[in-house]
Amino acid sequence: MKIPLTYTLKSLWTRKLTTTLTIGGISMVVFVFAAVLMLAYGVEKTLIETGSDENVIVIRKAAQAELQSQIDRDAANIIKTLPELAATPDGKPFAANELFVLINIFKKGSGDMGNVTVRGITSESMLLRPQIKILEGKMFTAGTSEIIVGSSIAKRFQGCTIGERLKFGGNYWTIVGVFDGNGTGFDSEIWGDVEQMLPAFGRPVFSSLTFRLKNQSDFDALKTKIESDRRLNYLEIQHEKEYYAEQSRLMAIFIRVIGTVVSIIFSFGATIGAMITMYAAVANRTVEIGTLRSLGFRRRNILAAFLIESVLIASLGAAIGLFTASFLQLFVISTVNFGTFSELAFGFTLSLAVIKYTAIFALGIGFIGGFLPAVRAARLNIVNALRAS
Amino acid sequence: MSLVSVQNISKSYWRDSQEIRVLTNISFDIAEGDFLGLMGPSGSGKTTLLNLIAGIDKPTKGSITVSSTDISKLNESELAKWRARHIGFVFQFYNLMPVLTAFENVELPLLLSKLSKKERREHVEFALQIVGLGDRVHHYPKQLSGGQEQRVAIARAIVTDPTVLVADEPTGDLDKVSAEEILKLLERLNTEFKKTIIMVTHDPRAAERAHKIRHLDKGELS
Ligand SMILES: Nc1ncnc2c1ncn2[C@@H]1O[C@H](COP(=O)(O)OP(=O)(O)O)[C@@H](O)[C@H]1O
Ligand SMILES: [Mg+2]
Repeated sequence: MKIPLTYTLKSLWTRKLTTTLTIGGISMVVFVFAAVLMLAYGVEKTLIETGSDENVIVIRKAAQAELQSQIDRDAANIIKTLPELAATPDGKPFAANELFVLINIFKKGSGDMGNVTVRGITSESMLLRPQIKILEGKMFTAGTSEIIVGSSIAKRFQGCTIGERLKFGGNYWTIVGVFDGNGTGFDSEIWGDVEQMLPAFGRPVFSSLTFRLKNQSDFDALKTKIESDRRLNYLEIQHEKEYYAEQSRLMAIFIRVIGTVVSIIFSFGATIGAMITMYAAVANRTVEIGTLRSLGFRRRNILAAFLIESVLIASLGAAIGLFTASFLQLFVISTVNFGTFSELAFGFTLSLAVIKYTAIFALGIGFIGGFLPAVRAARLNIVNALRAS
Repeated sequence: MSLVSVQNISKSYWRDSQEIRVLTNISFDIAEGDFLGLMGPSGSGKTTLLNLIAGIDKPTKGSITVSSTDISKLNESELAKWRARHIGFVFQFYNLMPVLTAFENVELPLLLSKLSKKERREHVEFALQIVGLGDRVHHYPKQLSGGQEQRVAIARAIVTDPTVLVADEPTGDLDKVSAEEILKLLERLNTEFKKTIIMVTHDPRAAERAHKIRHLDKGELS
């Protein structure tokens, strides 16, 4: 690049209004694109972080998620006594048989009903998920109809504060605590004693069994063992992290596809905007281009200068769009996750990958929008360009 | 031997398959150190002839040799390189980059050379001093008078120490006093710095400054 960057920068600055408008247009498209990627990444991150690396989850083979899964008590007990399982400090199997049901509660504000996950847990459940902290109130007492609610449920649903009673499964349940799941999917759940909940919902079986291995390396051997045991072979074991990542896949893909389609449509507008701006720049600077060529600058120097100018506009648009989009991280969205059919609270989350794809997207707009005008500039006939004065 | 040798050149433009003959069979030589005035009425082909010698246009017929290089045989990118090295342009409307300072404008052609930043600065400052604008280095074109702008343009034309200086009506847009100063400056570049100059003009007073005058009329030289 022989034509100095000062020339490009100052030329941009000279047409402040057009430059600003073009940058503004690109930044809006970039904002939408970045927001969509941040949302998709937010869903993934929330669910992936819900699972822990050490935990293993058992559900029914045919089930896609805990909701459709059933494990009978005998099978759960057989797995709990397998030698591969770790033990809790007080010598019990490091495993929790849990119940997973959906209930309907009114949301605050809109008054619509939302699907909320109720999880019946055991005392081992808390050991398996050390990230769970009681924020307010206390842990429920086993053997009672006390429950605790996730922080996002407390915030978003009616009647979900400490001291209130919720009616579900034919029972009244008293809220005695609010827990924080550290930004995981558990924030959007209600927890109570599994042995109280099974009879309340009239369910004879658990939904899942989550446990910890003595040795992570035993996973494959255990998988084979369970699959070849006639009493257990209707079950499937998975790393908990992979299980939750899978739960986010459908939703994340949906957001990305819709978002990308919308962004691409918008980006046509932004690209054409950049193109019009750059064609005008070339037309206004025809004599300057002729002069530069007569001084000995080559066609490719002119091409590069105008391409850089366009890409620079797009980069500024990208920077502004991304900067604005980063404030979306302050918002939390709560909606139904298609993977589990239950309400899930998640945020817009910025990541390096989001920044990278947004930058590529914006530079694409700048490059494609600037290409034809730059080619025109480079192909100008010197004599005719000079005569344009 | 002559520095510039124009041999039997003709130049035509085509408009809707109709030939417009601008120059017909022109031959002349320019010796090193000459100051040639090219006169003629508007539309007689002066700019076209100058553009051919300066290598920004190609003759339809004939050849142009500048210090033993036949420039009609050079391709596009060779010509660009050749111009950067051998030609200094002065235009009627100065053609400075409005967004660049006097310094940056004069530095432009040096960006095509291998000079270091420090060497470039020395060359630019020297050129601006020669044209008497040593104190206007960081001014923008719009902060300068027409005469001063043309002097910046002349500094830009001489900063690479080109073989030939071509000026197309360099005083055409100036008042009498400024025009006089520009002509004096060109004269000085010719006598003091031995620059070979080809100047197109239709102003007889400007032409007086040249050592030789050729007249173009309807594409023919007399
Ligand atoms: N690119 C071009 N296409 C068509 N005609 C041209 C072109 N350039 C110059 N001409 C014609 O050539 C003639 C000479 O032009 P020019 O060299 O600019 O004359 P001068 O500089 O003496 O006024 C004019 O009639 C002009 O219209
Ligand atoms: Mg002319």
